[in-house]
Amino acid sequence: MTGQTPTPAEPLWEVFVRPRRGLSHGHVGSLHAPDAELALRHARDLYTRRQEGVSIWVVPAAALTASSPDEKDAFFDPAADKVYRHPTFYDVPEGVAHL
Amino acid sequence: MYGNDFGPPDEGVDQVKDPDRDTAHADAAAAALGEGLLGEVAAAEAALAEAAGRTVGRAAADADEAALQAYFDAVIAADQKIEPRDWMPEKYRRTLIRQIAQHAHSEIIGMQPEGNWISRAPSLQRKAILLAKVQDEAGHGLYLYAAAETLGITREELVEMLVSGRQKYSSIFNYPTLTWADVGAVGWLVDGAAIVNQVPLCRCSYGPYARAMIRVCKEESFHQRQGYEVLHVLGHGTPGQRAMAQDAVDRWWYPSLAMFGPPDADSTHSAQSMAWKIKRFSNDELRQRFVDMCVDQARSLNLTLPDPDLRWNAQRRAYDYTQPDYDELMRVISGDGPCNRQRMAFRRQAHADGAWVREAAAAYAAKRASDREAVPA
Ligand SMILES: [Fe+2]
Ligand SMILES: [Fe+2]
Repeated sequence: MTGQTPTPAEPLWEVFVRPRRGLSHGHVGSLHAPDAELALRHARDLYTRRQEGVSIWVVPAAALTASSPDEKDAFFDPAADKVYRHPTFYDVPEGVAHL
Repeated sequence: MYGNDFGPPDEGVDQVKDPDRDTAHADAAAAALGEGLLGEVAAAEAALAEAAGRTVGRAAADADEAALQAYFDAVIAADQKIEPRDWMPEKYRRTLIRQIAQHAHSEIIGMQPEGNWISRAPSLQRKAILLAKVQDEAGHGLYLYAAAETLGITREELVEMLVSGRQKYSSIFNYPTLTWADVGAVGWLVDGAAIVNQVPLCRCSYGPYARAMIRVCKEESFHQRQGYEVLHVLGHGTPGQRAMAQDAVDRWWYPSLAMFGPPDADSTHSAQSMAWKIKRFSNDELRQRFVDMCVDQARSLNLTLPDPDLRWNAQRRAYDYTQPDYDELMRVISGDGPCNRQRMAFRRQAHADGAWVREAAAAYAAKRASDREAVPA
């Protein structure tokens, strides 16, 4: 054993894959790579070994801004009491079609 | 996790006996057995989506610890997933880091026994298949390291815990692969046992782990089938080939049973992990399920399982079988298996040998970044 050579930590990248033409890119996981180019290659090898995608995005995890520290909070509350934004809120008179 | 054959936890996570676990788990396991494991993975995926639609209420932004705990409990009760930035009990976090890390280490060390045969595979096709399988195991290790990192531990720390021996990997990989037939036996039995262990983890309460396991399980079924096919060809081949296949099954059967960990009766199995929906079935339930799966599969292989007491028990509607040697399991866990030292030495060497690649990639990235700065667009 030659001992542990300290290597600088490689940045973390979030990986998004478009499964097929016509679908949006979806988050599939993350990986470490020294730069964007290698991150793309690693993402191809790690997340698309079985043709899971036709396009890959890699984004530095540090560049993501998240809405809140939790997956739930008052940030989304303003939408909760606006039921009139949904078509089901309205009564349609009987017999009226194409509405 | 790959198996439950890791030995005691290394972080003082409490393991308590669970006296009144009901029999629902056993029934569920028996019911699910017929449906096929891939069907269960698909069902877990569907359940994940369905549970996401349930409303659990919310915790106020300035909630105190008790309110946060209540919200956490409600999410788990609704079979929803805990996500990385959610509040979670510190013990939940530590239990998961340890379990996911040991699972990842197992995938990584697990490349060695089969990697041993890549250069000697009997045909180009077998070689391509084995390469793809071992590459998958590397991928599994990486998915899992990434999932562990979402809990606030770094990749460097995780790698260090493996190479320093502070964290374990599945004991099964401390057995040698002596002949080509071992590649078949590992695929059929070791990957088979791993799948039985892993399918319930597709429903684990921690989102990144559950999603990684769904991915892993879909890939694992190819591993099991290619191993089964290798054995099937040998089992129906010349007497010499059949003998080689039988010898491999004879050597791998009991270590594979031991992958499920100590028996429930004298095991400290974690009621807490059950309550947190990290673990879903006991060691013995999973082991029984695996035995029941293998009996018919062995018959079609034209091979026998090395257990004279293996027989159908009509009352239990399951096979009676001989338990593996748990003293041997304990010896292997404590470092005295046939290949423990070799596996660790190889892993350390590979990590050290890869240092120049990591350094070169970092230097190249730095150079490219400075080039871009020097030439304004
Ligand atoms: Fe795997
Ligand atoms: Fe596998």
